[in-house]
Amino acid sequence: MSKNKLNYLDDLEAEAIYILREVAGQFEKPALLFSGGKDSITLVRLAEKAFRPGKFPFPLVHIDTGHNFPETISYRDEMVDRIGEKLIVGYVQDDIDAGRVIEQKGKNASRNSLQTVTLLNTIEKHKFDACIGGARRDEEKARAKERIFSVRDEFGQWDPKRQRPELWNLYNGKIHKGENVRVFPISNWTELDVWNYIRRENIALPSIYFAHQRDVITRNGQLMAAAKALNMDSEDVIERRNVRFRTVGDMTCTAAVESDAFEIDDIINEISESKISERGARMDDKVSEAAMEDRKKGGYF
Amino acid sequence: MDILKFLTAGSVDDGKSTLIGRLLYDSESILQDQLEALQASNRKNDDGTIDLAILTDGLKAEREQGITIDVAYKYFQTEKRKFIIADTPGHIQYTRNMVTGASNADLAIILIDARKGVIEQTIRHSYLVSLLALQHVVVAVNKMDMVDYSEEVFNNIVKDYQAMAAKLNLNEVSYIPVSALKGDNIVHESVNMIWYQGKSLLDHLETVPVAIDDSTDHARMPIQWIIRPQTEELHDYRGYAGRVASGSFKVNDAITVLPSGFSSTISKIEFFDQEPAEASAGMSVTVHLADEIDISRGDTLVNAKYLPTVSQLIEADLCWMDTKPMDASLTYLIQHNSKTTRCKISDVLHKVNINTLDKVSAESFNLNDIGRVVIKTADPLAFDLYQENKANGGAILIDSRTNLTVGALMFRANAD
Ligand SMILES: Nc1nc2c(ncn2[C@@H]2O[C@H](COP(=O)(O)OP(=O)(O)O)[C@@H](O)[C@H]2O)c(=O)[nH]1
Repeated sequence: MSKNKLNYLDDLEAEAIYILREVAGQFEKPALLFSGGKDSITLVRLAEKAFRPGKFPFPLVHIDTGHNFPETISYRDEMVDRIGEKLIVGYVQDDIDAGRVIEQKGKNASRNSLQTVTLLNTIEKHKFDACIGGARRDEEKARAKERIFSVRDEFGQWDPKRQRPELWNLYNGKIHKGENVRVFPISNWTELDVWNYIRRENIALPSIYFAHQRDVITRNGQLMAAAKALNMDSEDVIERRNVRFRTVGDMTCTAAVESDAFEIDDIINEISESKISERGARMDDKVSEAAMEDRKKGGYF
Repeated sequence: MDILKFLTAGSVDDGKSTLIGRLLYDSESILQDQLEALQASNRKNDDGTIDLAILTDGLKAEREQGITIDVAYKYFQTEKRKFIIADTPGHIQYTRNMVTGASNADLAIILIDARKGVIEQTIRHSYLVSLLALQHVVVAVNKMDMVDYSEEVFNNIVKDYQAMAAKLNLNEVSYIPVSALKGDNIVHESVNMIWYQGKSLLDHLETVPVAIDDSTDHARMPIQWIIRPQTEELHDYRGYAGRVASGSFKVNDAITVLPSGFSSTISKIEFFDQEPAEASAGMSVTVHLADEIDISRGDTLVNAKYLPTVSQLIEADLCWMDTKPMDASLTYLIQHNSKTTRCKISDVLHKVNINTLDKVSAESFNLNDIGRVVIKTADPLAFDLYQENKANGGAILIDSRTNLTVGALMFRANAD
């Protein structure tokens, strides 16, 4: 009287839906951190599967650095229209204008590190007690040991010395006032799983994920979109290439890869041949091996 | 293609990191940039080959810094299966880590150093595997290259292990002689041990069947959330959302809601835009009932013909996971599926010396202690015995002062 386990994508999907419903059941004021990237787009689909025909028990929250790809922003707005859920946007520009953060100067200036402050301010302002994010454990060494429910203190900090053991599928979301929990429903998915799911579910993505012609410059050995936000000068040589982006972060820290992957099948083939892991294409991780760990302790996603 | 979750257990230097590294490397699961980092590293084995243990290295550094990393997860995939490895480092807190890793695993690989054979740690690891009731055990006898790939050495270890396994009720045990360092029988079959007729480790992992229990007698669905759109056109819509923990539900099944005991019939099962006729273990669905009854988060739907135990007094094995010792005068929180209620440890029956498996009397529990207790809960729990139905037989204890998870419970008997 027994049969085989679910197919792996159904299994991962059912687990993620379960986690989203635990968030709904355990917290007063959750939020879904929406970056416009494929992982958070996947989360939105999973939330539809978890809560329809009801409304999501949380708003979407987007931290806009002001240096996002325009394609991401228009995708976001169209999606929010379509699903009819609430969107809250935290602007890094507001924190710069208010003098709460100081913008980096020079060629390699990035607002990426500033968004932590805006995120924490947004969490505090709305008193969110749980923030759902699309991080996956296969992305990076520091994430391999991340919990599915990961407690952050009032300053958004992650304390690796006080992580709670996670047994079976029992997620302990008990927190003190002022603390909040980061929740990662697709922790157990790999990059390839996400792509296979997107293909299976026929989910639309921002166009920058697919190969297109774009003006790029080479910075620190990586191809970057030739955009104003990169503070280009006469030394930067602009070239037109066939590229795509593997993540859709801030334009100042998201490198392009040369690619002829115009369709999702091409992308899946490209990844299956495993050339370079996804975060290899993000400059901010290259700064140091421990970069991710440090940012996590500081409250970044 | 399904998912197999497994963990590796072994003492320091048995070759756990090398084995995982070898598995990833030989199955070509290492990405280009990771491989480059690996090659750039100046840590090499004596014979100049890359030290594969580096792949799981993040953890070693942490161990040195005393960071509490109970489990790190690794992912790889072959054409046959997707694998999730729970890597459980840390020696002082080994029990806590291994219990955590094992709670989510289908299979355990127990490493034995061929030169040392079955030692105290092997007993301890095997005890934890049996405590957590894992479906499968693989005993990997490692470092066979250091005992001249001797069949006799291997056979003696198998014999010793079998004697111990019998006492622990471990039944599905496979034995594989390997060399993680040289790659024998990890992914590729060994040319050095032609006397071994069985599968390589990866071959075994790819083909071992992992069954789920989808019998109606174990049909259990803890309610997580109630979907009530309250819009005009969906005015009366009321869906009970949850993940089937075990067993299987079908439309028209008679069900009972516990602990209240109300009964009804399943009128519809929904999954987003689909209406499946059946929901079995592992599926996250929304269930509709024929009658309007009062149900909230924390209740459990079960098949009306096969009720679990409902009780407030439960005998359980407890593994203590906090640095603060257990305090029987305190009220803790107990989380069992979607239900959380208060509880007390009303009796400590014994502790287990996990190196000798002797039962010793005890009053309290310190970090990593395991033993038998009686729990008294404020609200009744609808549970199964862990050994019969893991999915409805385990719970965690939470210290309400710190909110930390301090204990793992495996329900063993109704004490009422
Ligand atoms: N000769 C030999 N050495 C091994 C084998 N597996 C691991 N080792 C060595 O044993 C030592 C400990 O291995 P490691 O993987 O770090 O052990 P861990 O502490 O269990 O993770 C290292 O020097 C490895 O190179 C093996 O199969 N044969």
